[in-house]
Amino acid sequence: MHQPPPASSCSSGSGCECARVGVRASALAPAAAPCPAPRRLPHPRRPEPPSRGTGTLLRAGLGPWCSPTGSPAPLSCETGCGEGSWILVCRLLVPTQVSLLSMEEDIDTRKINNSFLRDHSYATEADIISTVEFNHTGELLATGDKGGRVVIFQREQESKNQVHRRGEYNVYSTFQSHEPEFDYLKSLEIEEKINKIRWLPQQNAAYFLLSTNDKTVKLWKVSERDKRPEGYNLKDEEGRLRDPATITTLRVPVLRPMDLMVEATPRRVFANAHTYHINSISVNSDYETYMSADDLRINLWNFEITNQSFNIVDIKPANMEELTEVITAAEFHPHHCNTFVYSSSKGTIRLCDMRASALCDRHTKFFEEPEDPSNRSFFSEIISSISDVKFSHSGRYIMTRDYLTVKVWDLNMENRPIETYQVHDYLRSKLCSLYENDCIFDKFECVWNGSDSVIMTGSYNNFFRMFDRNTKRDVTLEASRENSKPRAILKPRKVCVGGKRRKDEISVDSLDFSKKILHTAWHPSENIIAVAATNNLYIFQDKVN
Amino acid sequence: MFARGLKRKSAEDAEDADGGVAGVPAAPSYTLQRQSLLDMSLVKLQLCHMLVEPNLCRSVLIANTVRQIQEEMTQDGTWRVVAPQAAGRAPLDRLVSTEILCRSGREQEGEGDGPLPDPAPGQAPRRPQSSPWGLDGSREGRGGFQKSLDHIFETLENKTPGSVEELFSDVDSSYYDLDAVLTGMVGGTPSGPGLPAFAPAAAASPSSTCRSDLGELEHAVEILVET
Repeated sequence: MHQPPPASSCSSGSGCECARVGVRASALAPAAAPCPAPRRLPHPRRPEPPSRGTGTLLRAGLGPWCSPTGSPAPLSCETGCGEGSWILVCRLLVPTQVSLLSMEEDIDTRKINNSFLRDHSYATEADIISTVEFNHTGELLATGDKGGRVVIFQREQESKNQVHRRGEYNVYSTFQSHEPEFDYLKSLEIEEKINKIRWLPQQNAAYFLLSTNDKTVKLWKVSERDKRPEGYNLKDEEGRLRDPATITTLRVPVLRPMDLMVEATPRRVFANAHTYHINSISVNSDYETYMSADDLRINLWNFEITNQSFNIVDIKPANMEELTEVITAAEFHPHHCNTFVYSSSKGTIRLCDMRASALCDRHTKFFEEPEDPSNRSFFSEIISSISDVKFSHSGRYIMTRDYLTVKVWDLNMENRPIETYQVHDYLRSKLCSLYENDCIFDKFECVWNGSDSVIMTGSYNNFFRMFDRNTKRDVTLEASRENSKPRAILKPRKVCVGGKRRKDEISVDSLDFSKKILHTAWHPSENIIAVAATNNLYIFQDKVN
Repeated sequence: MFARGLKRKSAEDAEDADGGVAGVPAAPSYTLQRQSLLDMSLVKLQLCHMLVEPNLCRSVLIANTVRQIQEEMTQDGTWRVVAPQAAGRAPLDRLVSTEILCRSGREQEGEGDGPLPDPAPGQAPRRPQSSPWGLDGSREGRGGFQKSLDHIFETLENKTPGSVEELFSDVDSSYYDLDAVLTGMVGGTPSGPGLPAFAPAAAASPSSTCRSDLGELEHAVEILVET
């Protein structure tokens, strides 16, 4: 029977893991410097912690943030994704650019984010965004980049004076999450690129998120500080120790208000558990455990314990020569803390129940679509490799992304998906070239909207696609500087497959395969989306909202 | 991606092959496409970025593709059967991949003149087509091929500096200095399908020519390393 991880409570101070971790964490990485241009908030935030328990989290979180009806506004036919009613809210630039300008020119951060700056000379490869994630309320949006940095944006609060500013996101905190490391045993570099960020549900005033590179997962705490103590006895105002002989009176330190500061501190470092590259992390609905998945193994962690993890899936063959399949993505069920799924490079999804056994090598359910013999080619297996798997918010469906399609599966039906959407089928005839230039290995992600009625995924040429599951309509939009002004409505794009190319269409051969949208995110309750295009983050909003 | 001379030769190959070999459909022929896909895949497998650990998923997918092609070629019987004309004008990119794999496979097995490519096209018709290239040949070919695939996986799994550098040095020099390497090979154009070249050479003579070819390759590597 599966032994549950040791309880998180610790008995004494010095012998306890938590205390040790606290000390170690500070030795590992200095607490990140506060964001150089902290925002001046209208008033300090103390959001209510949402109630815990299966299935209620999202509903509680929806309360203050969604439309007045209390439920996320579905995309109807009029406002639907097929009608091109998405507008650009803001385009957020790389953090280096933002902080440089704000320090030198003392410009309001919001203005920077809303204007289109001409030069990208500061943008480097390290600024390429590698992951985007909203938190559970949608108030915060985190991005990770190739340089190991995490940038958190916060939503502009509603105010009566500036209604049009609502929905915009501004920099809230920036910190260096991972540094490049060197594995001396293998003589290999470990990249600092952030592969995934996952937020923990909020339980107090601070925000917590998990960020991971190829080998190490870190738990970060992001908290605000707007008061500082003054009037210490043993230290003077600059922090220097006072000579005890000069102290003649005693006073009680007082908390005085200060400029708002946002601090990020690493609270846990979960290292040395993965031989291969971590591709996914997923927080369990019990909020006590999470899993990390690499190419061949999946480990279960307890948030409080960093020196130990449980291996729950291991598909490494005894003989590496027999290796033909790897794990590509994994996720916990949103409500059932014992259930998770993982996808493979062969286009299969396995659902596992941790109650069944300690090592979940035997799946409970196995999802695979039979191959279409008419479409068979040497690339069939490569394009069937699943790059992302996501549970619907309801927990009833899973969505998978392979190279050319997005598929929706019903958990109760294993033999085929219930819906298949073609993302860019015009690439099917170009697979050989895409194999040659390695584009066929690109890993696109996919996301659900808050009500599970619309799904979104990226494509090439900075295009991204949305599919409305109810109306069966779809739309292709573009995230690019040239074509969008703030508040302008996005024009639907179309790729011309063959024959005569119409005026606004773009031909397949003109597509820019270096401009790929791999990472997108959808606000949990509203029709606000974040699209990462190289080093730019675009935020779009449904016009009606 | 390949040297200019290489491309021109390939175009001529395609034309002549289509004209010469009966029953082959109009350019580009399926077997030719499949072969070039195979070669591309083999080069991709070897051409990892050695500073950072290579992507295991990508390597597995490419390796599976190679296995798939190999299986189909075995079923087709094209694994060992090659018309002399086509063999003679084999695309030179095939040369590169077999050279690379030849070398690493050879080092791995420690054989002096194990799997080696054949020499000049002129000698191709002389190459025995029947028993040495028959069942034994193909089995050996598969074994040699499998060995090199395994070698690649083992290299990916645990990087021993020796094998990695050796793989890398081969690929690096060969890939980026095809012209130098290829022109340096005097009459060293191997013929025959890429993979069956792994079979132990039926004749002893190819080995000496190949040794000189490999000597040229080593020389080129030395030059590059020194610069």
